[in-house]
Amino acid sequence: MFLVCAIPFARLCIGLVRSDLGSNPVETLQHTTGDWTLNFLVFTLAVTPLRKIFKLPDLIRFRRMLGLFAFFYGFMHFLTYLGPDQNFQFSGMWDDVAKRKFITVGFLALVLMVPLAATSTAGMIRRLGGKRWQALHRLVYASAILGVIHYYWLVKSDVRKPLFYGFWVVIFLLWRVWDAYFRGKGNSAPARPGVSAAD
Amino acid sequence: MLLKRKADLTHADVTPKDVYTNRRKFLRDMGIAGVTAFAGERILSLATPSLTAYATSKLNFVKGQFNTDEKQTPINDVTHYNNFYEFGTDKSDPAKNAQNFRTSPWTVSVEGEIKSPRKFSMDELLALAPLEERIYRHRCVERWSIVVPWIGYSLSAILKKFEPTPKAKYIAFQSYYDRDQMPQAKYTGLDYPYVEGLRMDEAMHPLTLLCFGMYGETLPNQDGAPVRIVVPWKYGYKSIKSIVKIKFQEHEPPTTWNLLAPNEYGFYSNVNPGVDHPRWSQSTEHRLGEIFPRKTLMFNGYNDLVASMYNGMDLKKFH
Repeated sequence: MFLVCAIPFARLCIGLVRSDLGSNPVETLQHTTGDWTLNFLVFTLAVTPLRKIFKLPDLIRFRRMLGLFAFFYGFMHFLTYLGPDQNFQFSGMWDDVAKRKFITVGFLALVLMVPLAATSTAGMIRRLGGKRWQALHRLVYASAILGVIHYYWLVKSDVRKPLFYGFWVVIFLLWRVWDAYFRGKGNSAPARPGVSAAD
Repeated sequence: MLLKRKADLTHADVTPKDVYTNRRKFLRDMGIAGVTAFAGERILSLATPSLTAYATSKLNFVKGQFNTDEKQTPINDVTHYNNFYEFGTDKSDPAKNAQNFRTSPWTVSVEGEIKSPRKFSMDELLALAPLEERIYRHRCVERWSIVVPWIGYSLSAILKKFEPTPKAKYIAFQSYYDRDQMPQAKYTGLDYPYVEGLRMDEAMHPLTLLCFGMYGETLPNQDGAPVRIVVPWKYGYKSIKSIVKIKFQEHEPPTTWNLLAPNEYGFYSNVNPGVDHPRWSQSTEHRLGEIFPRKTLMFNGYNDLVASMYNGMDLKKFH
């Protein structure tokens, strides 16, 4: 599973080495890492609805890895911006974060994933307690939404891909609203240490 | 290029319910399906070579004026990294989708506020003035730039053949548009046919090129065959491609990107590091082939040649 998730990254590295990333490799790197960040965010958000709809509680085992890969690709995406666009200078970056709203929301989306990555272990779930951990990890909803807005605000005229991601994020978030409203609490499978069942 | 195909398989090509009874297989398949739904097309395109042949023919030309010494961008990049939205919005789309674009026979109509409007065939256009090679910098509003050896002659050479009325203050341009040959156009968010325009002094400036070729040969389809203009001190979208109409007119012509977003794309669109795009900075640019950004130059480095046309003009207001 880890290897499968790492394939896009491996392909980028191979492409870089073989000069096979097209005429604007920096742009290819930025777009590909950005796409995969959103892909993994969508996959992560899909876990709980799929578990409930298909009655497969074991899918939970994948959620941490999917989430961490979302953070990984998000961080790589950030590096492909900080390096090629800003010469690794943070001063230029802060300027962009303040002035360019699509960068503001993108930066925020990444920053929100940091505490999630840091508290992704079973040990952290125990330390925070299930309820607090769950509440904190709801930040992933914000990351996903901000990520879609970041994409939408940067395209010039073709909004199909941002809307495509937006559609899936909205579907999986709406499912949660529907699930909470209609099914109510007390329907979830019992929690095991290291696993959070309800979402 | 290889990694930039859009994903049109949906993530929820949901597996039928009876599969879930076989959980291990389902989990494995879901993992594979999930990844391939988004990456499958790209993996497939890894296997197919992306060499695109483009039909061009050699042109006779002399060395022209205004040439830059900077390193020219490799022809493969200029022919496979294109914004020509009629053929799709990915940079690699035009090379793929414009292969069967019919550029012959071709007519350019010159009309409007002139005494004798007429139409030109490509042969007539090519014979109108000596062809020159002009090596220009080309700067996209998206912040990437290239250096291209274009072939053509100053637009003024053809404009001077006409007697404009006193009303003629601007030149309007129109591109070819055809729903059948350009099926991708409807998804791009722009209105077609693509239109552009220049003020008369800009159109008559010797730097403005009526362009028929590049790298020694006629233009490949994806670069705006068979005839386009190149206005190197402005953002690339002003250098309208595949021209069918040139019109002398009284009022400022509508321009396609300005119609989409007037606060982002103005009529003048002069390259200016001091005037940012509302959503991103224009102070630096990414020259294809380099990793780190360069400083953007005023009027794309053609300041000495063109700045006088804009004396006293508020370049932020008239962006």
